[in-house]
Amino acid sequence: MNNIFVYCEITDDRTIADVSLELLSKGRKLANELKVKLEAIVIGSELKGIEKDIFPYGVDRLHVADDSRLYPYTTLPHAALIIDLFKKENPEIALFGATSIGRDIAPRVASAMRCGLTADCTSLEIGDHFENKSQTEYKNLLYQIRPAFGGNIIATIINPETRPQMATVREGVMKKEITDTKYKGVVEQLDLTILKDDDFVVQIIERHIEQSKINIKNAQVIIAGGYGVGSKENFNMLYDLADVLGAQVGASRAAVDAGFVEHERQIGQTGITVRPKLYIACGISGAVQHRAGMDQSAQIISINTDVNAPINNIADYTIIGSITDVLPKMIKYYKANSK
Amino acid sequence: MSFKIIVLAKQVPDTRNVGKDAMKADGTVNRAALPAIFNPEDLNALELALRIKDKLVDCEVIVLTMGPFRAAEIIREAMYRGADKGYLITDRKFAGSDTLATSYAISLAVKKLEPYHLVISGRQAIDGDTAQVGPQTAEKLNIPQITYAEEIIDVDQTSITVKRRLERGVEVVKSKLPVAITVHSSAPDCRQRVTKLLMKYKHCRTVTELQNETKDYTELYNLRPYLQLNEWTVDDLHADVSMLGLSGSPTKVKKIENVVFASKDSKVLSSSDADIDGLMKELLSSHVIG
Ligand SMILES: Cc1cc2nc3c(=O)[nH]c(=O)nc-3n(C[C@H](O)[C@H](O)[C@H](O)COP(=O)(O)OP(=O)(O)OC[C@H]3O[C@@H](n4cnc5c(N)ncnc54)[C@H](O)[C@@H]3O)c2cc1C
Ligand SMILES: Nc1ncnc2c1ncn2[C@@H]1O[C@H](COP(=O)(O)O)[C@@H](O)[C@H]1O
Repeated sequence: MNNIFVYCEITDDRTIADVSLELLSKGRKLANELKVKLEAIVIGSELKGIEKDIFPYGVDRLHVADDSRLYPYTTLPHAALIIDLFKKENPEIALFGATSIGRDIAPRVASAMRCGLTADCTSLEIGDHFENKSQTEYKNLLYQIRPAFGGNIIATIINPETRPQMATVREGVMKKEITDTKYKGVVEQLDLTILKDDDFVVQIIERHIEQSKINIKNAQVIIAGGYGVGSKENFNMLYDLADVLGAQVGASRAAVDAGFVEHERQIGQTGITVRPKLYIACGISGAVQHRAGMDQSAQIISINTDVNAPINNIADYTIIGSITDVLPKMIKYYKANSK
Repeated sequence: MSFKIIVLAKQVPDTRNVGKDAMKADGTVNRAALPAIFNPEDLNALELALRIKDKLVDCEVIVLTMGPFRAAEIIREAMYRGADKGYLITDRKFAGSDTLATSYAISLAVKKLEPYHLVISGRQAIDGDTAQVGPQTAEKLNIPQITYAEEIIDVDQTSITVKRRLERGVEVVKSKLPVAITVHSSAPDCRQRVTKLLMKYKHCRTVTELQNETKDYTELYNLRPYLQLNEWTVDDLHADVSMLGLSGSPTKVKKIENVVFASKDSKVLSSSDADIDGLMKELLSSHVIG
């Protein structure tokens, strides 16, 4: 069986993006299970010594393209280099971050490879498959698991025939884990001679990238609001509670779509995945896409007017009531009783 | 030569308003319970196309949609807002297509419309949020792509300058034409229907729709041939059937599971002062907060 490849994204300060390190960690586990090697791809400029950041995640082979034309990212040259590599190496599995870069490049690569691609997976597993129609047994496929259409279903997607089996995964879904600080792989250079002038027809004229000021990914306590919060003004109660508790405010997609909060706060399958000590879900029904991003929280409190809201099933405490009633009481108690 | 823009638009079930009756008892999706709408970001895409048309004047905006017969509604809706014409790609043989097979079919249709300057699509369709069809169509057409467009800053017969919305910022890029652009929801909302256009195009029908009409449109259509909406099948596209539908889709659904949650034994509280105070006290004493 061939190897697992992870496309690693480079940040402005020339470090490897978290989502890529998370994918390397997952890739290492999958590689162990399949008894294959883990390979990483880094494309950019000024990458000297980058292997030091990558090998500890259990990477056996690192493919590097280091050229001033390759940073900041543009689609065509990166895609050309990856497609060229994939055609030579025929990877078993290829993983990309579900970021603005990963979701730009992965479909282009999949189209050129004529292989399948599953976006926003919430879990990746190895398993077998028996195709009834052709009576064919497939061993050790990548199960690409994600909530599907409508929300109350979880779909397992497979690519029995085509390679690589490709998937994108959001930041935070997989855990970042160093395999061994002394792990050593080999470095190989990608073939830059394949790049044509036409690969550089899209030119970057201006670029403003800011570090996100919102950091809910690592918050210990998250107060998340849903459509049930009702308005942008009502969200102020969540900020107030977050302020006194030193917590961060998160949101469901319905709350984001309604314009109550910024998109950066969205939690779930197409938002951020969080694992705080305490998650307070305010006026959130608990659709599967939302739960995908928060069900690993250590403790969950649900505040909801509906006893039957699905979120209550995974909550440790369910407060039946309106947030307009409950949140001020929580703030008042905390102010009066904490040091 | 007139500037030609092809807008890709999809009719999707309104997953934003999934109600309790959206799922059938057997766990499958009850499509009938979901209204079919113009995919939201495809409306943003249409708006950017129409703004280019406003600016360049000699410009044609063509809507391309692939779907069942009723997806012709998308073409009419786009024409009410300012598009010039549309094509419906429809065939049983497309059923079950994943994004790879869909982009193959769409790219064949776009090629039939050559020469064109721009292919503009939404970033993603809300029924799957895959955001794959745009870039995959670009690859199949062998043209560059600009994803997450928010604003067209400049455009002429040979090049375009676009502002892109990224996770943590913006980027302005320039490309030569033709190029494929996918449009982000932060782009301006689409203009509303224009009454004059509604009156002009409300009798637009595809061949299939005409067959189901009780009214006889022959005379009207002889007078106004532009009312005839185009329908393209697999044969019209000279498509390789093995690359379409289920057989042309490398991704297979192995399993669909209803989500059943092992409910934790959750403590149910009321919103009374006593209950809230009790909970807060517990959280403080166990150092979960504080
Ligand atoms: C492809 C796809 C991807 C998606 N990705 C995500 C994602 O990443 N994250 C996400 O969150 N969603 C996502 N969704 C959307 C998801 O399916 C749900 O639509 C969404 O999570 C619902 O948000 P909500 O719970 O806030 O709203 P609702 O479902 O409308 O629930 C509102 C809740 O508030 C309660 N309520 C009302 N008034 C009050 C009050 N005064 N006090 C207390 N409670 C009150 C109601 O009882 C109800 O339970 C996705 C959907 C699709 C199709
Ligand atoms: N069947 C279709 N017909 C026309 N356009 C489509 C179709 N499917 C996808 N698209 C376009 O591709 C974009 C991305 O779709 P998706 O990859 O499904 O998220 C959509 O916003 C549409 O502009």
